Amino acid sequence: MNDTSKIIKTISAIMFPFVTIYGLYVIMHGHLTPGGGFQGGAIVASGCALLVVAFGSEAIAKKVKESDLSILESVGALGFISLAFIGIATTFFYNVLAGRSGSLFGKIPPFGSNPGYLNSGGLLPLMNFAVGTKVIAGLFAIVLILAIATRKKGGRT
Amino acid sequence: MSFDVISHSPALLIAIPLFGAFFTPVISRLHAKVRDGFVIVVIALTEILAIFLAQDIYTNGIRKYVFGASLPSLTRPDTISIPVRIIFEVDGMSIFMVLISLTIALVAAIYSTSFFKKEDGLDRYYTLLLLLTVGMLGMELTGDLFNFFVFLEITSISSTALIAFWIDRGESLEAALKYIIISSLGALFVLMAIGFLYGQYDALNIAALANSIQFTFIDKIALVLLLAALAMKAGIAPMHMWLPDAYGEAPPSVTIAIVAATQASLYAVLRICFTLYGSVIGMSTIGWLLIGLGLLTIFVGVTMALIQKSLTRTIAYAAVGEIGYMIIGVGTALAASTETFASVALKGGIFHIFNDVLDIGLLFLVAGAVIYATNERSLENLGGLARRMKYTTIFFLIGLLAVAGMPPMNGFASKILIYESTYQLNPIISIIAILSSILLLAIFVKIFYSLFLGPELPNLKDVKEVPTGMLIAMSILAIVIIIIGLFPGYFMQNLVEPAATALSNPSNYINAILGGA
Amino acid sequence: MIYNIPYIAVMLLILVGLYAVIAKRNIIKIIMGISIIESGVNLFLVALGYREGGLAPIFTNLPEKTQIPGQLVLPVPQALTLTSIVIGVAVLALMLALAVQIYKHYKTLDVRSVRRLKE
Repeated sequence: MNDTSKIIKTISAIMFPFVTIYGLYVIMHGHLTPGGGFQGGAIVASGCALLVVAFGSEAIAKKVKESDLSILESVGALGFISLAFIGIATTFFYNVLAGRSGSLFGKIPPFGSNPGYLNSGGLLPLMNFAVGTKVIAGLFAIVLILAIATRKKGGRT
Repeated sequence: MSFDVISHSPALLIAIPLFGAFFTPVISRLHAKVRDGFVIVVIALTEILAIFLAQDIYTNGIRKYVFGASLPSLTRPDTISIPVRIIFEVDGMSIFMVLISLTIALVAAIYSTSFFKKEDGLDRYYTLLLLLTVGMLGMELTGDLFNFFVFLEITSISSTALIAFWIDRGESLEAALKYIIISSLGALFVLMAIGFLYGQYDALNIAALANSIQFTFIDKIALVLLLAALAMKAGIAPMHMWLPDAYGEAPPSVTIAIVAATQASLYAVLRICFTLYGSVIGMSTIGWLLIGLGLLTIFVGVTMALIQKSLTRTIAYAAVGEIGYMIIGVGTALAASTETFASVALKGGIFHIFNDVLDIGLLFLVAGAVIYATNERSLENLGGLARRMKYTTIFFLIGLLAVAGMPPMNGFASKILIYESTYQLNPIISIIAILSSILLLAIFVKIFYSLFLGPELPNLKDVKEVPTGMLIAMSILAIVIIIIGLFPGYFMQNLVEPAATALSNPSNYINAILGGA
Repeated sequence: MIYNIPYIAVMLLILVGLYAVIAKRNIIKIIMGISIIESGVNLFLVALGYREGGLAPIFTNLPEKTQIPGQLVLPVPQALTLTSIVIGVAVLALMLALAVQIYKHYKTLDVRSVRRLKE
């Protein structure tokens, strides 16, 4: 019986939402404070790895199929490329949403130190979301597949 | 809508295969054939775009592309005096290497559609193949040193995963592990050298660095680190150890893509020697160093190819030898930079890059056809295949003549330029080169005899000719080889001369970014 | 002298990592050696951007009336280091997956007994 004790399972299940919320906060505020797509995605993936360690890879593999994570990863990647293609009339990766005061994320913040406006940055927060999705799916898939492949008995090749 | 495709084409050359790479898992849910067709269409579209861009560069000069600016050519916005943003700069040499990489990727994709019989995970294979294409194109198009490092790592990660594609064979896994460890060490040293150069000059753009570089002690350390790591990735002896393992154990359609990736690293060596350090380097020191390494590479490649027993490993060592020819051509051009034969040597070396990729590629595809038909890799268990695989025999004959430098194949055209120019520098160099060519001819004639002629072995009785997709891929390479062999002057004038002129004039490269708007 | 300490630490890390890659026999230890070298190179890149008496380059955190960009630490090497860390994660995952497959195939992690491609 190699299960972890009940204390670990309960506390991991309680901590997981808080870790996820913190990770999503880091992703969302990527254009104002340190953080962004990869950093926030790594935090959420650490929360998912906590679940894999606490509950065992068999229990998690029953709930999360590897093909779902693959789809999520492709969605993130395609979202990033499509966002880069939007401004192709000017240049590739051109920030079309920045500086137009009506649009989504369009406000121009004043120069110099300021309390930070979430509504600014143009395409950058959207790209942060796409990269964050991809990183969450990718790192969770890596941890889950390595855990499944190194099981003591069986284990997928 | 006046959307000028040509002015956006450097970005589209990266964007279209990247989009195709991430779209492949989605489209492979429909049917396998749809996925194969989609991959081939994506690479063919990119190649057509590259041909149009090449015509534009040969008439209009260097094209630059600034990512995220308000105009594609706005390198210095708002009276800032240094170039900002990531800039792609395409000159004659870059577009030459881009055409080589795309041709090889297209042939690899066509070959792969009929090579794999019932493998699992083929959609990931095609994703990785397209990512490898993106990495190679990025290495050849970029004008920014850190961007080059990122594409270098993309190429090595995709190559490793492709080398280890047949995970049931222990040798493939071992070759992939060796490749990734050596490759990531090399890339980390490249990153350290980029850090040195950035700390000194506060610029990452190649043109801006080339403008302000002085040859201080730290720059010399950075040059040594860059040359050592990139020469290791290009397969130059004595750092060539990963090459026979990686080329010999990967699936053959992957091997020709990795050959093209090796040439992209060789392009990076040329770019650093000629453009980045172009105005301050001691030409004859580096030239003689390259000639020495090139002779060592030829010697190691050809002599180790004599004793191999596996078909793909022999061709891999021959590939190592051929890289030596390119290096002695370039080294002669650097060492004797004031003589008239220097430009001939440079043209010979650059032309040999193109010819060698085609020849070694054709040989690897033939080896793949033999493995597909007979499931045997060792030369001792194969024999008498000419009766049943006629087309494959003809393709091997063409590849053999081309690698050994016999007329009327393309190898002759580039090798005679190298022989002529190195003879005038020092006769011993060209004597070693000619003797090695003859030795390569002997090795491959022996392989041809033992593989295709001779009595038929009893365990190879029901061997059939390979399917059409593989034959089409091999015939594309063979036709290009014969055409280049028959009309070398046309290709020299229109492809190689712009590349050689672009390399020898670093000031054009610098002025395109810093001089104008 | 005190501002040279990060660079001395970089050299020590790279030497330790190189020793692990060259002299150790276990595949996992070789992979750890590459990870140590990578930490050293990342530290080098971050340490390049330091300016004495500088503040962190985050607009929402600066006190009023700071000179931009005179009193800030350079932000470009931080972006380079971030990219390098991401690439390092991907390479590490790939190397570990290969190590798992090699173990399943050969039932050992000793590099010298996995070697079949010798000449």
